[in-house]
Amino acid sequence: MNVQEAIVENNTITDVNDIKETVGIPLVENAKMSMRDVDVFYGEKQAIFGVNLDIGVNEVIAMIGPSGCGKSTFLRCLNRMNDTIEICKVNGQLHLEGQNIYDPKLDVVPLRARVGMVFQKPNPFPKSIYDNVAYGPRIHGLAARRADMDEIVETSLRKAGLWEEVKDRLHQPGTGLSGGQQQRLCIARTIAVSPEVILMDEPCSALDPIATAKIEELIDELSENFTIAIVTHSMQQAARVSHRTAYFHLGKLVEVNETEKVFTNPDHSLTEAYITGRFG
Amino acid sequence: MDKLNIDQHISQQYNAVLDDLKTEFLEMGGIVEQQIIDSVKAITKLDTELAEKVLSIESKVDDREMALDDLCVQIIARRQPTASDLRLVMSISKATRDLERMGDEAKKIAQMAILISENGEMLDGFGELKNLGRRVQQVVSDTLTAFARYDVNTALQIAEEDKAIDEEYDIAMRVLITYMMENPRNISRAMNITWALRALERIGDHAENIAEHIIYLVKGLDVRHKTISEMEEEVRPEK
Repeated sequence: MNVQEAIVENNTITDVNDIKETVGIPLVENAKMSMRDVDVFYGEKQAIFGVNLDIGVNEVIAMIGPSGCGKSTFLRCLNRMNDTIEICKVNGQLHLEGQNIYDPKLDVVPLRARVGMVFQKPNPFPKSIYDNVAYGPRIHGLAARRADMDEIVETSLRKAGLWEEVKDRLHQPGTGLSGGQQQRLCIARTIAVSPEVILMDEPCSALDPIATAKIEELIDELSENFTIAIVTHSMQQAARVSHRTAYFHLGKLVEVNETEKVFTNPDHSLTEAYITGRFG
Repeated sequence: MDKLNIDQHISQQYNAVLDDLKTEFLEMGGIVEQQIIDSVKAITKLDTELAEKVLSIESKVDDREMALDDLCVQIIARRQPTASDLRLVMSISKATRDLERMGDEAKKIAQMAILISENGEMLDGFGELKNLGRRVQQVVSDTLTAFARYDVNTALQIAEEDKAIDEEYDIAMRVLITYMMENPRNISRAMNITWALRALERIGDHAENIAEHIIYLVKGLDVRHKTISEMEEEVRPEK
């Protein structure tokens, strides 16, 4: 007998249509962000089905799942990045500290300062390192004097673990940095506007293992001050950096549990099958 | 949507290497089981030739243990197993150690067989040795079968049986102590039998350890240092 057969004996849900409710602990007490009954449509096609999830204060939550499972779509709902896609429609309640982020009267610019985002490919502006970090604080009017701005830039670069590497060349172009440095520059740019939540969409998929390790180390440090939601294709990365792991499958949130539990003894057979590499 | 096939890894090689791991573990189990059977037979029939055979197999068991350890390390390094795969590798890694210790205990029994037969005299206490030997052989056989089938119910029964073995060991020890008090001149020979009894009792303990690894493997529950009823409650909460 195969060990899988022994284990899934009493948990024979292997069809996505059988997934009614998320197993594990999708909701927490000290939620920074609360999402309820979230459906997302691209035109006629439904991409997300009734997701309920809380993200706790200073929590690192990893979202994993096969390609097309909706994890990035869901992440992009959290700061209304999906607004840029015309056919995309989001239903349900999405709250940031009790505030409805899909309130039509809400200005998305300050929302995106509170909920920042780091993308898959490092995308520094074609400006100097200094200006990349200063850009956000400048448009949000966060620094009155030059000295204040210098301080924000230095603090942000320090928090992003990049200061020592760039302090002597702040006025050189950000695009001249290595891939890993560029990604940390983007993280510095994101934290320069003092966000509360940082969304990361596969932030290490274009980086080598050393640069990846640095970003992961950074995620751990940043979680002291920020709430972080990270989408990753690397299950080892999810295992290394996150407190809770959410498993998405064909637009449904199958399981959310403590990361330690997900990777040693997941509750759902689909999660088990995915993380052990058993999809066929 | 089609039913997903979640019994097999996408990587056939990964399936093959995990199958190999299990097969090699069970093969090692087979060797140790035979060692135990032979050692009990050697001591109850005072067959020194058979006892020597048990001793000679020791290095083979050690080699198997090292090969299995190496395979576990390879799988962890190359595959980063998770969930049930991780539990399989961890369980086998630990259970291998228990098998090796069982082999060591069988060796002790064989050594006692040689010592006792050198003295050339049958003693009281052989009945106890035979009975305990029979029970221990059975529990080892059941343990390997339960591992092969990932059978949690049998694993629970093994844990219970180990308690019964412990009790039988206590009774046998009392019989031998009485015998030693009545025949002080035979104390050294009787001591050899108590060592063999002790070795059998230890083999039962290792079988119980392996049963606990089976429960961890299948259910993801750590039931070490728990009473039988606590184990049952955790494994079968609905009952």
